[in-house]
Amino acid sequence: MRSVITTGKTLEDAILAAAIQLAVQRDKLEIEVLEEPVKGLFGVFGGKDAKIKASVMQSMGEVTRNFLNELFEKMNLEAIVDVTETDDLISVNVSGPKMGILIGHRGETLDAVQYLTGLSVNRESKTYKRVIIDTENYRKKREETLIRLAKRLAHKVHKTRKKIVLEPMNPFERRVIHSTLQKDPYVITHSEGEEPYRKIVIALK
Amino acid sequence: MVELVSFIARSLVDNPEQVDVQRVEEDDAIIIELRVAPDDMGKVIGKQGRIAKAIRTVVKAASLKEDKRVTVEII
Repeated sequence: MRSVITTGKTLEDAILAAAIQLAVQRDKLEIEVLEEPVKGLFGVFGGKDAKIKASVMQSMGEVTRNFLNELFEKMNLEAIVDVTETDDLISVNVSGPKMGILIGHRGETLDAVQYLTGLSVNRESKTYKRVIIDTENYRKKREETLIRLAKRLAHKVHKTRKKIVLEPMNPFERRVIHSTLQKDPYVITHSEGEEPYRKIVIALK
Repeated sequence: MVELVSFIARSLVDNPEQVDVQRVEEDDAIIIELRVAPDDMGKVIGKQGRIAKAIRTVVKAASLKEDKRVTVEII
């Protein structure tokens, strides 16, 4: 984050000086008062200037983009980061020549990067925003695969009259399966076990 | 790899200046040793080691090209 330390006769003077030095509007500055100004005798003797630290405020989307750009650079991964920010969501699309590395086995790496980004971006912020990272439409395709899997397994449970326990999945993936089978007339789903090994059970109604 | 682990750790903890990362070279492996302030241990390990696991997963992805196995140890 870009910041400067400035002084002035009043707080206002110091803030204006900071805005000029950083070349931004003053409402984009986060101000930390280091020393309150002290008026001297007759306004002349023994007075002390105000001292502040001013930092340029960044949106959470900007913080996210900076974090990922630096992360990918240190991972030696050539990538273009595209960020869309709404009130409660930061949605990121990453593109580049080697996105298979970023996705990893069953999206394992993509999930890890998404998790760490979410932690880092929300750490210093007052508001919480969910971070979702996707590349080459991986999440959408994975969702379609899970929907097909859910339907196939529901059919099997109905036919064999035996319950099926699925592999451990993350909350997002479990949600896809639950909602796919929510209205199924023959089967019911629930989750068992503790994170990160929580798994779905598809059973006969 | 040291820089990568250091960057991730510094972005998670409250005392980034106390993050220390060392690379230890062994015959068939590279060990990345991560040290943080005692108060920050939870910030790099997480509930049931979830954060530590995510850090290791990212490092594993970044070290695919290395011919040695790279492991991250939190000390």
